[in-house]
Amino acid sequence: MNLKSVLIASVAVGALSLPAHAENILNWGSSRDIGSLDPYSYGDSFTINVLNHAYEGLVRYNLDLKIEPALATSWEILEDNVTWRFKLREGVSFHNGNPFTANDVQASLARVSHENSPLKGNLPAYVSSSVVDDYTIDITLNGTYPLLLNDLTNIHIFDEEWLVENGAELPTDIGAGVEGFATYNANGTGPFIVESRQPDAQTVFVVNPDWWDEPAHNLDGFVLSPINSAATRVAALLSGEIQFTESAPVQDLDRLAAAPGVNLLEGVDLRTIMLGFNFGETLMSGAPNPFSKNEVREAMYKAIDLQLIHERVMRGKSRVAGAVVAPPIPGYVPELDTIPEYDPEAAKAMLAAAGVPEGLEFEFNCMSDGYVNEEQLCQAIASMWSRVGLAPKLDIAPRAVQSPKRTNGQTDVYTLGWATLPMLDAYSPLLQIFHTKEGNSGVFNWGGWSFPELDALVQKAGKELDTETRLGYETEALQIVKDENIMLPLHQQPMAWAVSDKVAEMPLFPDNKPRLWFTQMSE
Amino acid sequence: MAEPEQTAPAAKDDLRARQANGVWSRLRESDLGYSFVRHPSAIFAAALLGLIALSALLAPWITPQNPYDLAALELWNSEIPPIWDERGQLPYLLGTDVQGRDMLSAILYGSRISLIIGFASVILALSVGLTLGLIAGYFGGWIDNVIMRIGDILLSMPFILIAILISAMATASLPPSLKSALAAPILIFAIAVPSWVQYARTVRASTMVERRKEYVQAARLIRVKSWRIMLQHILPNTLTPIMVAATLNFGLAILSEATLSFLGVGMPSDQPSLGTLIRFGNEYLFSGLWWIVVFPAVQLCLIVVSVNMIGDWLRDALNPKLQ
Amino acid sequence: MLAFLIKRTANAFFVMLAVAFLAFLIFRSFGDPVEMMVNEQATQEDRAALRERLGLNDGFLTQYVRFVTNAAQGDFGISYRNQQDVMVLISERFPATIELVLVATIISLVVGMPLGVLTAVHRNSRLANFLQLGSIVGVSLPSFVVGILLILAFSVSLGWLPAFGRGETVDVGWWSTGLLTPSGRQALILPAISLSTFQITLVMRLVRAEMLETLRTDYVKFARARGVPRARVHWVHALRNCLMPVITLTGMQIGNLIAFALVTETVFQWPGMGLLFIQAVTFVDIPVMAAYLMLVSLIFVTLNTIVDVTYAWVDPRLKDDSAKAGAANG
Repeated sequence: MNLKSVLIASVAVGALSLPAHAENILNWGSSRDIGSLDPYSYGDSFTINVLNHAYEGLVRYNLDLKIEPALATSWEILEDNVTWRFKLREGVSFHNGNPFTANDVQASLARVSHENSPLKGNLPAYVSSSVVDDYTIDITLNGTYPLLLNDLTNIHIFDEEWLVENGAELPTDIGAGVEGFATYNANGTGPFIVESRQPDAQTVFVVNPDWWDEPAHNLDGFVLSPINSAATRVAALLSGEIQFTESAPVQDLDRLAAAPGVNLLEGVDLRTIMLGFNFGETLMSGAPNPFSKNEVREAMYKAIDLQLIHERVMRGKSRVAGAVVAPPIPGYVPELDTIPEYDPEAAKAMLAAAGVPEGLEFEFNCMSDGYVNEEQLCQAIASMWSRVGLAPKLDIAPRAVQSPKRTNGQTDVYTLGWATLPMLDAYSPLLQIFHTKEGNSGVFNWGGWSFPELDALVQKAGKELDTETRLGYETEALQIVKDENIMLPLHQQPMAWAVSDKVAEMPLFPDNKPRLWFTQMSE
Repeated sequence: MAEPEQTAPAAKDDLRARQANGVWSRLRESDLGYSFVRHPSAIFAAALLGLIALSALLAPWITPQNPYDLAALELWNSEIPPIWDERGQLPYLLGTDVQGRDMLSAILYGSRISLIIGFASVILALSVGLTLGLIAGYFGGWIDNVIMRIGDILLSMPFILIAILISAMATASLPPSLKSALAAPILIFAIAVPSWVQYARTVRASTMVERRKEYVQAARLIRVKSWRIMLQHILPNTLTPIMVAATLNFGLAILSEATLSFLGVGMPSDQPSLGTLIRFGNEYLFSGLWWIVVFPAVQLCLIVVSVNMIGDWLRDALNPKLQ
Repeated sequence: MLAFLIKRTANAFFVMLAVAFLAFLIFRSFGDPVEMMVNEQATQEDRAALRERLGLNDGFLTQYVRFVTNAAQGDFGISYRNQQDVMVLISERFPATIELVLVATIISLVVGMPLGVLTAVHRNSRLANFLQLGSIVGVSLPSFVVGILLILAFSVSLGWLPAFGRGETVDVGWWSTGLLTPSGRQALILPAISLSTFQITLVMRLVRAEMLETLRTDYVKFARARGVPRARVHWVHALRNCLMPVITLTGMQIGNLIAFALVTETVFQWPGMGLLFIQAVTFVDIPVMAAYLMLVSLIFVTLNTIVDVTYAWVDPRLKDDSAKAGAANG
């Protein structure tokens, strides 16, 4: 075991929090912990989001979720259409004092795209990079690709010298059974510096006084403490132990709104929750599979009372959805967003007409630690389907247990939430979910469907550099998704942050990512 | 709170069983029925438990709703408070949960599951423990060694850990279609596995003591069959500590089931036991839906308290030194 | 005596090997960790490659031998979930759990022993009956219900004590303690009470039973006859006689409390080993689950062996095989 790192970690913990009372320290009670301090360790939006406070990318999202320069100041596509030239910001330094240069970008891109990197899928088009001078770098892609900037918002930049000094040039290889240096230590350019970390207990961030940007926050630091139980999180907020949570339980919002000293920030997440079907020959039980027929899927959609789910399960906080992407996502048009009428009688008739036997048993795969109130949502839908003569068998278990079954098509019906992160474009679900499963496409096509017409549109969109034309293709492809009922969109799930009144200002982002560098606490 | 109660006092009982030879004869002299009548708390507990068990067994006939039938749940009727609240409505005497499940029905069905799992796991552990303990104590040698080493291994992992692991593993590896059907048997098994050892040790110890006695040797000499010796002479001698331990373990098994379900590795959400109901309710602790958590918790406590009261009385009644 | 010691130690070693085998068996069928580690966009080939690197495709025996060899050297690999050395993770959590368990044990002794004496001395009094009833309720309340109630009352309604976490900690060497800061001590109160409810009633009942037996002995009767004050007889002479079983019970129970702390730790979000384990279960973090199970079993087996050896030392007759069963059971 690595005793040295224990010592380092514990000394750091001992040093923290002495002057905590006098300063603006935000205690953040999160619903879960980050996986690691290494932003390339773990393809998980929450971990990347939190580490974004210490690490930055070449570009970033601004308050309106538009891409703006960060470590890069400008960029252009060279004449070959596959090489992008980035001008880098001068005078930026890492937390350890090292200056930021093009070599750092090159080392980071090499690290993130390494064969063992769990994050290489976040930069799918990357081929190589070359340093032009200290503040200029060329990135070469495997073809024309319009969404490189969107991808780069989440590729955090490391200090090359620091990586080399600590033997962390390559991503941590879990298979080797050796801990990576970057797992415990962080050194970025971001607005906050990681001071200490105890996994599952707390991670302490202090403000970076030498940040290159003008801070829009007045924090002296923040402490991330994971509190898994929703009820405990609410209790901690009510008793003033934490000042912020990014995950206030929907059912407690009324209570929190009425509590003195607590303010709610509510909105609708970009994440659309949908139901997917297996399109295979047979069900898991061996019976013939009726779900590959469009009229059966349509009937099952009609049998779900979306409005009732919105009112009861989501307590009126969700947005009932007819389209698989949320309104702010490029590619969305309101015409796609029509909601089917709830009509159990018609659904029953349609099922009978399609030859679905009465009392048909099938598996319905849900996660107990997945989406907002998912367990309750699935029970409600199962109950509605039972009433039109089907017999869904609920299969609820933690994500880790369910994921293998889902990805291998070992279930009949399943839930899926998609927020188009980090790309924020309809191209993301079209390529990942609705495209036929082949190579890097259709990775989330768990039902095994194939619509060649849709595939063609998606491929055209992936090469089109003109935004208007590209979005046109995407909308057309989304129309096919809608007409064929490939997946059944239910709602965009509610998003609720709760802050104590010590927090004067905190912008709520529709991608549900806290960006504390915009947070003001009252003095 | 599983094991503690099992190990220590049972061991004391078991020591007592060995030290004081006359427990059984004295038990015969003391009048269990007389002692029962003299203990109002025992009468009360027995009556309460009887009532709960009866209502739980009759649940399918006396409840307004089958809470396990998904088609019977109506989301429109969710979150109705108990009948004495002005928003309460019939037939939902204790209100409904977030799925529109009638709380009274859910509690009675849940109690049924809890009682069945508790009872069945004790019976399973008891039969396995008695059999293996008799075999080990009577035959000795390598058979004894194998059985007792397996017992040692099980006892060197905390009860609750074994139960969590067995239950989580089984639910993770079963196909979903079997999952709900097998949920209760898995829990029975998970709770019984670590608890048979205690019975086996008690029976084995007294079997060994008895085996050396002259009447057993004599019986062997006149070739009375081994199983008859065991049943007729040895088993009755160990019944006292076993009976007490089994009663107390019944309460513990119900608590263990509730704990596993509370931790999310017990009964699934479409067949809620009392622990599952409390787990749901806990999520709504601050939402004003107090009845979802309070009623199942009260019912669970009532069941376990009355079982333990009976067990307590039984222990005192069977222990002549305390008379 | 030495032979007995060696025999018991060898026995303990054998048990640990078997626990390792069970642990390994269980974890092999626990689901697929790969799906939790890869990115949403990873392809099937990426997943297969990772599975290969983790050694999940190797044969059963190869995986078991590798597991035991590494475990014997205290090497459980790195956590699938947070990519840290598992032994480091567990050793960071170890002080939190141990402090919780020790404080709960102290509470149980300080509260349980006097209550036990009271109920025995004033047998059949109203107070004693009330306390007896209370002890049955204490044994019957599920600890998660106690925890929820305590949070509701003292954190949410009254706002006196924190509802989660461990407060500020100070490092003494490698041991991080919450006992030296006010917030650390405050944070400890509710979880310790919640964990000790069961133990209190256990101690109380044991002391009561032992006292009732002691009070009948000639020793106590003589003391009374000699004119020693009643209170002194009860609280000094008789209680001293009950100490040995109480100490044994407390020692044996520490292993159980460590395991059972996982429920308390879940309710109070206490950053101990149990919470780590429960999170590992939902995440299929096999190295952490394996290490936790092995560590807790090791503590258990060690305590068992110590008690066995102590018993044999105190009462040599117990070395006789036929009587061992009872002693090992505590």
